[in-house]
Amino acid sequence: MSKNSLAAFAAAWLGIAVWIPAALAETVNWTAIRGARIVPVNGPVIEKGTVLIRNGVIAAAGAQVDVPASAWVIEGNGLTIYPGLIDGLSTWGLPQTPATTQTAAARAGQQQPPQQPPQQQAQAQQPAQPRSRGPLDRPGTLSWVKAADQVQPGDARLGQARNAGFTTAVTFPRQGIVAGHGAVVNLGGKTAGEMVVAPEAGLYLALRPSGYAGFPSTPMGIMAYFRQLWLDAAHYRQALALYAADPVNIPRPAYDRALEGLLGVKRVLLPASDPIQMERMLQLAGDLQTPAVLYGVVRGYEMAARLKQSGTPVILNLRWPVRDRDADPEDEDSYRELRIRDLAPTSPAVLSEAGVKWTVSSDGLDSPRALLRALKQSIDRGLKREDALRALTLSAAEIYGVADRLGSIERGKIANLVVADGDLFNDSTRVRMVFIDGVRYLPEPEAPQPPGAPNRAPTVSEEEEQ
Amino acid sequence: MRAAFFATVLLAPLAAQVTVIQNGTVHTVTRGTFKGSIVIRDGKIAEVGEKVMTPAGARVVDATGKHVIPGIIDAHTHIALDSINESSVSVSSMVNVAEMLNPESVSIYQALAGGVTVCNSMHGSANSIGGQNVVFKMRWGADARGLIFDKAKPSLKMALGENPKRQGSPQGLQIPGLQSPQNLRYPGTRLGVEDVIRDAFTRARAYQREWKDYEARKARGEKLLPPRRDLELEPLVEVLEGRRLIHAHCYRADEILMLIRVFDDFNIKGVTFQHVLEGYKVAKEIAERGHYASTFSDWWSYKVEAYDAIPYNAAIMHRKGVLVSLNSDDAGGAELMRRLNTEAAKVVKYGGLSEDEALAMITINPAKQLAIDPWVGSIETGKDADLVIYDKHPLSSYAKAEKVFIDGKQYFDRDEDMSRRPKFEAEKEGLHKKLLDQQKQAMPQNRRPS
Repeated sequence: MSKNSLAAFAAAWLGIAVWIPAALAETVNWTAIRGARIVPVNGPVIEKGTVLIRNGVIAAAGAQVDVPASAWVIEGNGLTIYPGLIDGLSTWGLPQTPATTQTAAARAGQQQPPQQPPQQQAQAQQPAQPRSRGPLDRPGTLSWVKAADQVQPGDARLGQARNAGFTTAVTFPRQGIVAGHGAVVNLGGKTAGEMVVAPEAGLYLALRPSGYAGFPSTPMGIMAYFRQLWLDAAHYRQALALYAADPVNIPRPAYDRALEGLLGVKRVLLPASDPIQMERMLQLAGDLQTPAVLYGVVRGYEMAARLKQSGTPVILNLRWPVRDRDADPEDEDSYRELRIRDLAPTSPAVLSEAGVKWTVSSDGLDSPRALLRALKQSIDRGLKREDALRALTLSAAEIYGVADRLGSIERGKIANLVVADGDLFNDSTRVRMVFIDGVRYLPEPEAPQPPGAPNRAPTVSEEEEQ
Repeated sequence: MRAAFFATVLLAPLAAQVTVIQNGTVHTVTRGTFKGSIVIRDGKIAEVGEKVMTPAGARVVDATGKHVIPGIIDAHTHIALDSINESSVSVSSMVNVAEMLNPESVSIYQALAGGVTVCNSMHGSANSIGGQNVVFKMRWGADARGLIFDKAKPSLKMALGENPKRQGSPQGLQIPGLQSPQNLRYPGTRLGVEDVIRDAFTRARAYQREWKDYEARKARGEKLLPPRRDLELEPLVEVLEGRRLIHAHCYRADEILMLIRVFDDFNIKGVTFQHVLEGYKVAKEIAERGHYASTFSDWWSYKVEAYDAIPYNAAIMHRKGVLVSLNSDDAGGAELMRRLNTEAAKVVKYGGLSEDEALAMITINPAKQLAIDPWVGSIETGKDADLVIYDKHPLSSYAKAEKVFIDGKQYFDRDEDMSRRPKFEAEKEGLHKKLLDQQKQAMPQNRRPS
């Protein structure tokens, strides 16, 4: 629905609802949370107020709100209402590929049983795959895959995410090097279709080298491949246009699903954890003439000015670098490594200070709650709470172009809300309920994690190690 | 490393000033050796001679008893690259190692400390036609773009012999998961390597023609689809048009002759043969075509095709009229790169070349091979102030590089480096302790009830 028709619609029902409540009583669902502290994110905090929801959309929020008599009223005394949190780069809601076998499986195009070292497994048992001999083999390219087509309402992780206050995830397919299109997905809904807020969030690109399984086997090969692929897509577009104008003299271009998947790309997600990679990816995005969002960005604290200058938003990986548990005790950490470990958690504060738009990702974290805990570490290192909250809500929505519908408590936006009994970033705070499209979800008992199988996608650096 | 970076930043304003290196033994390489001074202004050598005027306010570096040479240039390395070989295909000209340049690689600083100011960091030799190379200066502390010597002519790597054919042979490199015969990579023989190269340049010619035809028809007002741009063939077209140099990895004389014929057929000039350990057998043929050679001093036999080598290779090729340079081929760390001066000294021992001829093989000759000799490679007025001050004669194995200047900025000082070390150690120790404490706090001790 466009903004205009939404406004007209809203005006119409506000006018009508007052005098013919009976006629609409069956179709209008009113919910009000009353007497709560409201943190709308886009404006000042309302110390005591009401959020009114109409059919899953926020109808009003403020200190003085008239609540219709038919509304289901929830007393919010002592509670705080936030906009629903958004995981800016996720796999929630999608069928899970075991994280450790992702790389090998992506290359091989088949699933492997988990809990086996991927490389050895691939070497020992698989028949040799035909190797990719160049860009025209479209290696690791799944640009026709859409997360929106794969959403699974039954994903067990959705409950966990809601328990931590997440109502939305921007979720991406992760196989191959052109992994496919992400979608903005609400973490609740009866059907997959209901959950999808925006089916085109951007194209996920990875720099996972293939090892020896054909072209491209190195990051530079992958970068060269991306450039060729984009040139081929431009050529394809030109061919289609010429053919449409003159189907008699111009030969009909052959349909190419890999290139079709690139035609309407709004933005690409590119991996970069250190300044060198960030520079590389900014250069690449410029060459592809496509807006970029960088993900990973462990050493964002060193690149704030450059990111600001280029206007590139980033998605921070909150798995702060630490010494590997299983590291040889004899191994001495380098000075550089120690500095990175020390400074990585300051990235959010530094980026906020510089005015870089950033959000966060659940990648690499063992649970949705760990994401808030990791961000708390950054708050302890100088990040303002309101900046942390903005990153988790409105900034994420802005990065993906859905800020007209998500990210703040504002009239007309989707009623995705978190109701907590205190400040979200305090350890003792519990999420009491979340609303998704106006539907209330209460906390669920959390299923224990299966031992030894982290429920998560790998981080950029982990992928590069593979 | 960051501190080193800040140090160079602090030194930066000095470049705007005038620096004079006074009273040293100046090995200009191209204009003789004398006791004298060098005036550096705006990053360039403003004046050099036995007697120069020292401008008022100039920073004076006393080089009494010391030796000054032009910054060493290494025509063949693989340092500071995050990936080197796109070894999946036999023609990988679409990749560019410049994209993989890692300015944080400590090899850069190591090379700098050995008096190297410029190097050609290349794609590996796994493919008949490799990737695009990068020439950069050791401006330690700069980002990747800041390192690149952008005046250098672009170049492309090629390779002959064992490396490019290995993946095509069932007895060659065992590639996990890809052992089955249908997955072997063509070529598997030296014959096949030639075929791949000829085929690639033939395709490049066709591509070049395709675009010319298109441009001509478009100019006549025809409406038509342009050809598909091909990033693999574009660099090869640049080679055919003389806009891109070639560095060709080779060992055996027969293969060198083969490649010379291929280049004759495609009218490709100014190629640098790399390694070229059997170059002494075909020096005349290389010299006739005006091709170049970049070789090792006195080491070989690390593989079968590298057995028939002699330490006189560089001297013989030089005497036959080939422009010769000596290189390190360092990858992973700058090891040999740190002492290329003593590599040069070996051609005095083996072959009896003069000191200047020896120094030329690590300065002006590689500069010519990389087509950067108008700016670097010798101590001449107007060239970039890339200079090394040694405490002893640079061809002595006792010589140490004390100060290194690039574009007139001092990027290395041995004494400063030594005096900075305790501070780094202390900072590192402090960080280590801080992180350990944080870790302890994050994991509360298990308390047992008493």
